[in-house]
Amino acid sequence: MVARQTLTRRGFLTRLSAVSGALLLGGCDQLSQSPAFRDILSKAEGVTQRVQRFVLSQRSLAREFSESDLSAHFKANGSINVDDPSYQAQVNDGFANWRLKIDGLVARPASLSLDELRRLPSRTQITRHDCVEGWSAIGKWKGAQLTPLLQNVGLKPEARYLVFHCADELEPGAKYYESIDLIDAFHPQTILAYDMNDAALTVPHGAPIRLRVERQLGYKHAKYVMGIEAVSSLAHIGGGNGGFWEDRGYEWYAGI
Amino acid sequence: MDAEAVKAEHAPVARSQIIYRHTLPVRLTHWVNVICPCILLMSGLQIFNAHTHLYFGNRSDPQHELLSMRAVRGPDGMPVGLTTIGNTTFHTTGVLGLSRGDDGQWEARGFPNWITLPSYRDLATGRRWHFFFAWLFVINGLTYLTYSVLNGHVRRDLSPNRRQLRNIGHDIVQHLRLRFPKGEEAKHYNVLQKLAYLAVIFALLPLVVLTGLTMSPGIDAAFPFLVELFGGRQSARTIHFLCATGIVLFVFVHVVMVLISGVWNNMRSMITGRYRIETAE
Repeated sequence: MVARQTLTRRGFLTRLSAVSGALLLGGCDQLSQSPAFRDILSKAEGVTQRVQRFVLSQRSLAREFSESDLSAHFKANGSINVDDPSYQAQVNDGFANWRLKIDGLVARPASLSLDELRRLPSRTQITRHDCVEGWSAIGKWKGAQLTPLLQNVGLKPEARYLVFHCADELEPGAKYYESIDLIDAFHPQTILAYDMNDAALTVPHGAPIRLRVERQLGYKHAKYVMGIEAVSSLAHIGGGNGGFWEDRGYEWYAGI
Repeated sequence: MDAEAVKAEHAPVARSQIIYRHTLPVRLTHWVNVICPCILLMSGLQIFNAHTHLYFGNRSDPQHELLSMRAVRGPDGMPVGLTTIGNTTFHTTGVLGLSRGDDGQWEARGFPNWITLPSYRDLATGRRWHFFFAWLFVINGLTYLTYSVLNGHVRRDLSPNRRQLRNIGHDIVQHLRLRFPKGEEAKHYNVLQKLAYLAVIFALLPLVVLTGLTMSPGIDAAFPFLVELFGGRQSARTIHFLCATGIVLFVFVHVVMVLISGVWNNMRSMITGRYRIETAE
């Protein structure tokens, strides 16, 4: 009697583990697609952001390297060109008629030429670019610091985020865009880079300017930036998640 | 007939004794630690598949790869999966570099779909799984560590004593012959167990967490010494991968030992805490 009972229990446990193993493997794919479960998994992003913001002081800088550390080849990822006649016309005349629009929740909306941008206070930094895919490259960036620019246009008190509108479409009909909050916007290393490795930014790397927000992953560093919009909420822009990749499931806070 | 009498009738010649082996916090944190590393491994391989190369230092220079998995076209026009470690290249078609997707078609991917989470290629979701369970893993680990240090579990149960360390050669031989301690000796972890557990708890697991954090640009700005310590972000990624391999090896040996040293007794002790030891005849 006892032996049979034990066997049954063992048989049950064995079957239970086999079934749960199969459920686990198949179930994980289904869980991955369940909006409710994704919401639970996404809670980790808020924890990561709060913890990182707690250990990062406003001024902590991303590490800067020397010229000898530069990558021989810096991979251009995402869009490497913009399939748009007006952009191509700007490339052909060296962005002479290009304007960076700054609007939204600002006191004095602005429209700046590349020359005007180049005359603003600048910063040069050699930093490591970390792609979400896992690779890293080191490049030298020179660009206009965002802080004085934002002081010039005067952010309204209700502005909480800056949205960077870009020229490229990584998917047909979906323009690239990104957003950062004011902590990163006013960080000294946050620049609108117009030079890379001592030469004007090339088209594959986002000419005429790309954002550098050094304490986050590569997809936050929007290329082909055409306009900056100060907003109070990201809900009504693009897919509502604050960026092209964010609308496709990636974290808005890309510090990890 | 009551249960005790039945037991006595069927009892083997050797007498046995039930001891209380694992406390509730140890059992709970143990099972959370079954789930977390499984999910972390599978989602980690999904993340690895987004860039199937490993390097040393801060940059990922294509000409300085330590490990690389990729698919190429063979001489007959058919795709081939290749894995290069250092200067040696292996044909790994079907498993690494090239394997069949859910639809049965060949797919260029580092690790195959039956070991990644999700099974299909989806870096964003892999990251969501990874970071959620990384937090759970860290909280669980800190809970275990705090409890184990405060209540003396580390000192009492995990630290080998001098006599054990002196007899380590004998223990290794006994282990290789699959002879496990009985009686008084079975009341405690043996020296190999203790050393393996200490190495995992105080070296391997902290290292996998720290190298994981070192891949974060935010953490690198907050704690620059971490990236120095591991020799760069790409080194940290490589060490993270090696640690994961080490954990897989540990779990493999651990599960084999659980299976061959009395699987039901071991399972019961990790579920109810009660462990049967056979007293010497």
